Amino acid sequence: MQLTISGLLYQTIQSLLLVLVAPLFLGWVNQCRAWFQNRSGPGLFQPYRNLLKLVNKDAVMAHGASGLFRTTPYVLFACMWLAAGIVPVLATDLPYAPAADVIALVGVFALARVFLALAAMDIGTAFGSLGARREMLVAFLAEPALLMVFFTASLISHSTSLTTIVETLAHREFVVYPSMAFAAVAFLLVFLAENARIPVDNPATHLELTMIHEAMILEYSARHLALIEWAVAIKLTAYTAIGIALFMPWGVIEAGHWEGLPTALGAFVAKLLAAGLGLALLETVSAKMRIFRAPEFLGTAFLLGVLGMLIRFLLES
Amino acid sequence: MSQAGPLPIGIILGVIVFWLGIALVGLAAQRRFRLVSQVLFPLGGAGALVLAGAAFAALGQAPASLVLPLGLPDLPFHLRLDALSAFFLVLLGGTSFAISIFSAGYFRQAEGTPPGLLCLQYHMFLASMAGVLLADDAYLFMVAWETMALSSYFLVTTNHRIPEIRWAGFLYLLIAHVGAIAILLCFGAMQGFQGDYTFAAMRQAHLSGFWASVTFLLALFGFGAKAGLLPVHVWLPEAHPAAPSPVSAMMSGVMLKTAVYGLLRVTFDLLDTQLWWWGVLALGLGLITALYGVMFAAVQADMKRLLAYSSVENIGIIVAGVGLAIVFRAYGMNTLSALAMTAALYHCLNHAFFKSLLFLATGHVLHATGERNLGKLGGLIHRMPWVAIIALVGTLAIASLPPLNGFVSEWLLLQAFLFSPDLPNPYLHMLIPSAAGALVLAAALAGYVMVKFYGVIFLGRPREDKLAQAHDAGNWEKAGLLWLAAGCLLLGIFPVYVIAQLDFVTVDLIGRALGDTAGKTGWLFLTPVAPERASYSPLLFLVVIAVGVGFTYWMVRMFYHGRLRRGDPWDCGYPAQTPRMQDTAEGFGQPIRQIFEPFFVIERELPTPFDGAPRYRMTTRDRLWHWVYLPVARLAERMTSLVAVLQQGRIHVYLMYSFGTLLLLLLFAR
Amino acid sequence: MGIPVTSQMINILASLMLLIAFAMLSQRRIISLINLFAWQGAVLVASTLIVAGTTGQEHLFYSALITLVLKVILLPWILHRLIRRLNVKWDVETLINIPTTMLAGLLLVIVAFNLALPISEMASTVTRSTLGIAMACVLLSFLMMITRSKAVPQVIGFLSMENGLFFAATSATYGMPMVVELGIALDVLVGTLIFAIFFFQIRQTFDSLDLKHMEKLKE
Repeated sequence: MQLTISGLLYQTIQSLLLVLVAPLFLGWVNQCRAWFQNRSGPGLFQPYRNLLKLVNKDAVMAHGASGLFRTTPYVLFACMWLAAGIVPVLATDLPYAPAADVIALVGVFALARVFLALAAMDIGTAFGSLGARREMLVAFLAEPALLMVFFTASLISHSTSLTTIVETLAHREFVVYPSMAFAAVAFLLVFLAENARIPVDNPATHLELTMIHEAMILEYSARHLALIEWAVAIKLTAYTAIGIALFMPWGVIEAGHWEGLPTALGAFVAKLLAAGLGLALLETVSAKMRIFRAPEFLGTAFLLGVLGMLIRFLLES
Repeated sequence: MSQAGPLPIGIILGVIVFWLGIALVGLAAQRRFRLVSQVLFPLGGAGALVLAGAAFAALGQAPASLVLPLGLPDLPFHLRLDALSAFFLVLLGGTSFAISIFSAGYFRQAEGTPPGLLCLQYHMFLASMAGVLLADDAYLFMVAWETMALSSYFLVTTNHRIPEIRWAGFLYLLIAHVGAIAILLCFGAMQGFQGDYTFAAMRQAHLSGFWASVTFLLALFGFGAKAGLLPVHVWLPEAHPAAPSPVSAMMSGVMLKTAVYGLLRVTFDLLDTQLWWWGVLALGLGLITALYGVMFAAVQADMKRLLAYSSVENIGIIVAGVGLAIVFRAYGMNTLSALAMTAALYHCLNHAFFKSLLFLATGHVLHATGERNLGKLGGLIHRMPWVAIIALVGTLAIASLPPLNGFVSEWLLLQAFLFSPDLPNPYLHMLIPSAAGALVLAAALAGYVMVKFYGVIFLGRPREDKLAQAHDAGNWEKAGLLWLAAGCLLLGIFPVYVIAQLDFVTVDLIGRALGDTAGKTGWLFLTPVAPERASYSPLLFLVVIAVGVGFTYWMVRMFYHGRLRRGDPWDCGYPAQTPRMQDTAEGFGQPIRQIFEPFFVIERELPTPFDGAPRYRMTTRDRLWHWVYLPVARLAERMTSLVAVLQQGRIHVYLMYSFGTLLLLLLFAR
Repeated sequence: MGIPVTSQMINILASLMLLIAFAMLSQRRIISLINLFAWQGAVLVASTLIVAGTTGQEHLFYSALITLVLKVILLPWILHRLIRRLNVKWDVETLINIPTTMLAGLLLVIVAFNLALPISEMASTVTRSTLGIAMACVLLSFLMMITRSKAVPQVIGFLSMENGLFFAATSATYGMPMVVELGIALDVLVGTLIFAIFFFQIRQTFDSLDLKHMEKLKE
């Protein structure tokens, strides 16, 4: 945990990598989705082009927008960046990792979400507050389930620090934990809900009555919208990275073994590609549900999380 | 620990006397509004600051006692200042300083009770709370406790011309007294039939398991009634909105904590054993209260009721922490018990700060707009930017978001929950970790509630024309709010330092401290048990987010042309949108109402499409009224009708009763 | 952590059993309920086969075969036919709402795990830790029978309870004696057939399969 030059360097590399790669990952998911749906797809780099296009536009802002509305994109982006710096992607021994454990990481996402919801209410349109309300609804249902997932993981590693969890799970002999299988499914459900993916939300829709996330960012344009879109991509990538760290942690560099960087990078890219493919497949085969099915959906996630924990007590202690 | 000095306790006693003096001056100068508001209230605030300072100095010292030559002939007032009292006195002083300063700019003339009387009641209230915290015998404790209840009752009914407020005050007084009776019985059970009501004697006495349990249950009920635990929470959402905002802030931020203090004092200090099922009971009750409170907060339309229900939630979280501490303690896991206790105490402090802040902010909104209904507010961030920004700090803190203070205590509590699988009891080690889900649900719902609270009041467009007249806070009010906001921020950013202070309390009560482990890796990282187990650094958080915001802003500035146009909101192109189309409080709470429908009694009046003047009305009420209170009330009515037989209306019969009583007493008390 | 692979497999299958039991508890549609029941049978077959393979106990192979034929193929087929003939596809009515049932189910699991703990400590089989799950499955099936208002789900609950018992027997003592097993298999089959006849009778009498109508039968 000591502050070394190389540690700082890898910290910077890792967080920058996650931030820069995030739109690419989004592009990959969209491309896969297009393939599955027999479309040709916009290409892997479309998210970058979108960002560039947005940045070149003139910003239009509603008359009633307050300072909160203008600062929120920056806060959102900074929060996601912070999250990207905490998740162990390539190496576990990062100087910034002890600043937050998984619970605090959830807190970072919650902070970003509350800011976005408040900004959505700032203009004072019907859709903005509708989006804010639904987003907070999904969030409060998802958080208990997410906590149960982390509980299960922390029961195995006796820690809520992601570093320790990854080190425990990655560097020991291969054992299938049924509890972690339950937790993985629960995490998947929460992942879909928190990242506004199908079946909870549809990232591609602008149909007024069904949107959640899009309703919140309806009033944003140009640079602000670009920052938000980028932050959303980072969130998706960071969440995927958390999932990878919890359930597929193999290949991460151990403390001090920096020569393993190429392998770790390769493993991470491969896992990310696989995760994107899986996400696209899932989104293709499922349909968006009504918003009031979300409690049941996330209730299932919570149930699975608790079951995973209980099974851990019974079978693996 | 240094030498026990009589200095801090002397100073604190001095402050109490000073407050009583101010109260008397207020009584003398009843109608001199400027004197009361510009001089007396700030003076009281200064006293509070001195009190907090003295108590803070006393935290690390050995307990100091004092016997006052007052009280009953054979039972003088005993005072004692130990770490637990000192901690709660710091809380009292630190919060009431800001509230007093705010009050200097808040109270207006011609609002029911004249200002001088208000000053009397307010300072009596402060002094009695300090008295409760200092008391070292049951007699003084009860005297102070009752004074606290009465003075706060009069404060609640400041606007006594409104019938609802009188009714709320009555309900408060009723439940406060039912609770007080339970506390009195609890002390009675604890003195073990020795007839010695000093706390020192109670500490010495060893109670059997049965009597100890009776004591604990009575204490849980009695102090729970004051704190707002289920099912005796109903007075809170009635009394808090009725009271003037500084009083609500004081009651919610400080007075509820005296009940927590009482519970801790009885359970951990006066009783010498703790049974595990007490902890389970407190934990379960706390979690249910937390969920119940936040659920009802989500459907409220009145901003002060919303905050009152949120207080119920926070008290639930605190009591859950206390319960967890009892469970761990009963199984001899003292370090973990200290962890849970630290979380509970920390949350007390946090809640005192952010809830007072929010109540004061709503007080200002109320004054500036004359409106308490969320559905008629909106867009106030443009009219009162100061209050809005400060309230944002409180909102983020109460929604337990990092890096503010609410997050730290909930994080600590969750860490304590994470250790519950180590409990030796096979049922508990599965049940309690699952119950942590309820805590997280409550915390996450609190986020929902606070987005509603802040978003509907301060953001959006003003829903009424008169809101354009609203103005920002005056200097006194700003100062009070700033103090509390700074508290929220600092308590959130330097948890290691705060925990080092809380350690004095846990060492006193449990015999363990977290300080050695909590700050093992320096003051920057909070590591409650071990660095590899969990760590959290709020300062680093704040710095990185601030740097991130700055850097992103700079980058955008570098590459962006910076053109900005203002236009009408897009809103999917719907024309003719009016501010009335924004979500009201009812609209925002609708999902909660739908999901948790079985918990509410909902009455709706829906207009038909052909209505000329459509009206939509909806009320959401508490089921407990029907399940608990109405049966109890009916029972009480029936009992009293039996007793009413005694009431003859003839003076001779009454004289005969007195005569008979006299005779009986003479016979028995020979 | 030197858990042998077969034991890991059994553990996973046991977890699946529990998952299916919960899925059945939360399922509203009868057709899905029957499919889940078939799946539960399949998991049971797999776990019996694994136990048979590791311990070399021949009779377990036979009992796996019986389970396969009876619970994975025959009974689901009968039930499918039955609901087609009776023309009931939905069972929306549960007596207690589903979230509450789920929470009750979680509590039952905790109880079952703790009840099984002392027993499984006595047992010496490789699969003893799954006893708690087997008990939980039995209790959950019972809960399902309590909370459903229609007759068909109740029968499915009854059958899945038998699955749980069978799983308990396999995990705790490597299965019951062959005779007992054959007897139970026959009983279940006959029981289902009798139930089927009853259903037709009930429907003819009351014009519905809702068990509320049975309340009229009391004096």
